[in-house]
Amino acid sequence: MAVNREIIKFLAMVVVILVAPLLVHEGYLINVMVFIGIHTMLALALNLLLGYAGQISLGQAGFFGLGAYISGILTATHGINPWAAMAAAALFVTFLAFIVGFPILKLKGHYLAMATLGLGIIIYIVFNEAVEQTGGPSGLSGIPNLQVAGIVFDTDLKNYYLIWAFTLAAMGLALNLVHSRIGRALRAIHDSEVAARVMGVNARLLKVQIFALSAGLSAIAGSLYAHTMTFIAPASFGFNFSVELVTMVIIGGLASIYGSLLGAALLTLLPEMLRAFQDYDIIVYGLLLIVMTMFMPGGLVKGVPSALSRIRGKLQGRPVPHA
Amino acid sequence: MDLADQIAQYMVSGLSTGAIYALIGIGFAIIYNSTEIINFAQGELVMLGGMFTLFFLETMKLPLPLSILLAVLATIASGVLFERLTIRPLKAPTPLSLIIITIGGSILIRGIAMLVWGKDTHALPAFSGSEPIAVGSATILPQHLWIFALTGIAIVSNKLFFQYTITGKAMRACAVNRRAAGLVGIDVRRMVLFSFAISGGLGSLAGIIVAPLTMTSYDVGIMLGLKGFCAAIIGGLSGGIGTVLGGLLLGTLESLGAGLISSGYKDAIAFVILLLILFIRPQGLFGRAQTERV
Repeated sequence: MAVNREIIKFLAMVVVILVAPLLVHEGYLINVMVFIGIHTMLALALNLLLGYAGQISLGQAGFFGLGAYISGILTATHGINPWAAMAAAALFVTFLAFIVGFPILKLKGHYLAMATLGLGIIIYIVFNEAVEQTGGPSGLSGIPNLQVAGIVFDTDLKNYYLIWAFTLAAMGLALNLVHSRIGRALRAIHDSEVAARVMGVNARLLKVQIFALSAGLSAIAGSLYAHTMTFIAPASFGFNFSVELVTMVIIGGLASIYGSLLGAALLTLLPEMLRAFQDYDIIVYGLLLIVMTMFMPGGLVKGVPSALSRIRGKLQGRPVPHA
Repeated sequence: MDLADQIAQYMVSGLSTGAIYALIGIGFAIIYNSTEIINFAQGELVMLGGMFTLFFLETMKLPLPLSILLAVLATIASGVLFERLTIRPLKAPTPLSLIIITIGGSILIRGIAMLVWGKDTHALPAFSGSEPIAVGSATILPQHLWIFALTGIAIVSNKLFFQYTITGKAMRACAVNRRAAGLVGIDVRRMVLFSFAISGGLGSLAGIIVAPLTMTSYDVGIMLGLKGFCAAIIGGLSGGIGTVLGGLLLGTLESLGAGLISSGYKDAIAFVILLLILFIRPQGLFGRAQTERV
């Protein structure tokens, strides 16, 4: 019963996403929706780590960037097939995260936050300084589009379906994962790592594996980004973007797959709506982070229903149920 | 200049930036010790120090010493306000929510600074001229001497405060055990507020004395804050000599690395050191290992 309802929920979302671009006739909006897809995948990857396992990473933009640059350099400079480049990027970044994951995830709380932040900044500095390979601050251009059986993904609409195919696959994978034994083990680590280990969960290995998975998914998103945009520059992969991803996860809802979609959609649309503010949108991000953490720590996905039920309870004069 | 002269020169500038990192790092350590919070907004307080000085000096046309004093006070007020508005109201703080709130705070402060003062880089005048002084084979700027002197005074008075005043002792008691401190009648929340005030003061001082050398803008806080944290980590998050040595070590290594290896990777050096220390000796080079209580 519960499983069926999950499947129906997921299929309903798939239908909405398939139909959405047909209702939108503005090319610009479809472009925004392409970005929502990429951001959803990144938020999802971070949420597995942050929401489920309770381990923060402030270096996600680095993995995203590595995926983009590996794909970009292999195809634009070395003429390798884009799909092969994407696979290489995903494998390499997953492997790299797996190796550095062991020492990094031994750390907790603030130390973990600083270590991942440091890793992200080192990667960012390399993008800027390894000018011969990356083109430095001015970026890397001429990255080819992906293609399948003669279809070249070179328009917003085609890219929309390409990216959402990947994002939906990632969401399906994540939903499966969090409802499995692994998902329960992750939540156990979140609640108490020591208790989880006492119950026989190999916490250390599991944390590293989920970190590697998160990095690998981010790299695939990076590769898709590179082949969609055909141009990449370091500015897209800095510390600010890592923070933006954390914001998406927090606003949507920690430990919620659909929350990642909601957070990504909101934070992608927000700057578009706040055009007048230009780069002052970071003030809005800062405020959102503080206000959400203070008043709605479960994010919109959990906070809004519980606030509604509280209001309804008050209207009907019933005792207020605790969230 | 031969190599020895160059190295001497790098040492001078490395030690002076190291002193700055030490001041910022002590700010981190003071807050951490009384609250177990790593205040990610610490770097923004450093930035505010420089920017407020500039505001009082150029916009309000006040003399430099008065501007500096007012800037330190204004930054302390900002730090205290931040604690009162965001951290104290938290009902059930977890490490994760504190990280996210202080990151949110840092973005917010940076954004407001950008809104108020724009994105331009500003220079603060040197405190007493910029005629280089020859010391052996290296030259040293008067501003370097100011940095060494003011940092020294700040660190020593900080040490005296924590060692000999009743408030300082109460804050140390909170660092050892907050609940026990509360039980003997120490107002813990007030001590937390004090710790934000003191680290705001130290941070702003760092931001002010470095501004004539490196310029200042709304976004200098990120890097300075992170490197101050790095210094504190090397020092094992101690509020004293460990962090000072950590800062000096970091500043010197960075300056030598930038001069002798590659200036483009200068900032990466600090983070590589940070990662190595966190991996190998998370208790810091000068700290003792702690056992975790469950």
